Amino acid sequence: MKIVVNGAVRETTAAELTRLLEELGYGASVVSTAVNGEFVAVSARARTALADGDRIEVLAPMQGG
Amino acid sequence: MMLQLYQVALRSRLLLGTARYPSPALLAAAVRAARAEVVTVSLRRESGGERAGQAFWSLIRELGVRVLPNTAGCHTVKEAVTTAHMAREVFGTTWIKLEVIGEDDTLQPDVFGLTEAAAVLSGEGFEVFPYTTEDLVVAERLLAAGCRVLMPWGAPIGSGRGLNNLFGLTALRAHFPEVPLIIDAGLGVPSHAARALELGFDAVLINTAVAQARDPVQMAAAFAQAVEAGAAARLAGPIEPRDMAAPSTPLLGTAFRG
Repeated sequence: MKIVVNGAVRETTAAELTRLLEELGYGASVVSTAVNGEFVAVSARARTALADGDRIEVLAPMQGG
Repeated sequence: MMLQLYQVALRSRLLLGTARYPSPALLAAAVRAARAEVVTVSLRRESGGERAGQAFWSLIRELGVRVLPNTAGCHTVKEAVTTAHMAREVFGTTWIKLEVIGEDDTLQPDVFGLTEAAAVLSGEGFEVFPYTTEDLVVAERLLAAGCRVLMPWGAPIGSGRGLNNLFGLTALRAHFPEVPLIIDAGLGVPSHAARALELGFDAVLINTAVAQARDPVQMAAAFAQAVEAGAAARLAGPIEPRDMAAPSTPLLGTAFRG
């Protein structure tokens, strides 16, 4: 299926969010996730099923003012 | 006197932003030179395998400072609320510097979206630091929404113009004597920060003025001194300005008179 990760279209076979993060190489990185504009907590990733067209945000700490 | 922000007591009245420094090493040195106890941080998109965010977060943790995550770049209530949720998880704090931007040239807050998002987040247990204007009615609404700290702008973010609307800011201070008020954004030089503290503001948040100075570490130290001077002056009770001269040397016994 086709999904959008951080604004870029990708093809994936991952059925849920945890698997997708592994597939994309996030490993043990501290990141936070949202699917279709809704926050998905770490504890909820494994049960968050992905569907064609989903928009996923993966955010990491950065400098800010 | 300590600065009290929500339940946290702080010695330093200088909060520092972490963006736009020439290098991570200079950022770390500037935080130390500022003697800052709170720094602002943010979230951004990161691809798998990229480690910039992780390195930054390690650096901040090593500094042992409290973090105030922001919702910079958010233009809607929905974006800001979701970003706050994401920040709470990553940074492990209920503090959130709430920004809902309404206008791109001035980065002026959308105060309607801001009050709405503040109510949502306060209701969810966040301790909201709203980036707002000096507008009294908006301030009242933010307090009613659950905010216990307000962060009025001095001038547009990054502009370095100082306290643009002195009358409005002074009125805000007078109107809410018990509310911690932090001047956020637009200060350019240490004298702006000293002025803010002299006027009774509780703290200032500085980023660009330090990060983009020729020597950010020296500028951080200069701001720290200015903030301390301003706070001490406020406690000491400044005199009122007057139009005519008032001789400082006693006139009694002046020679060659009478």
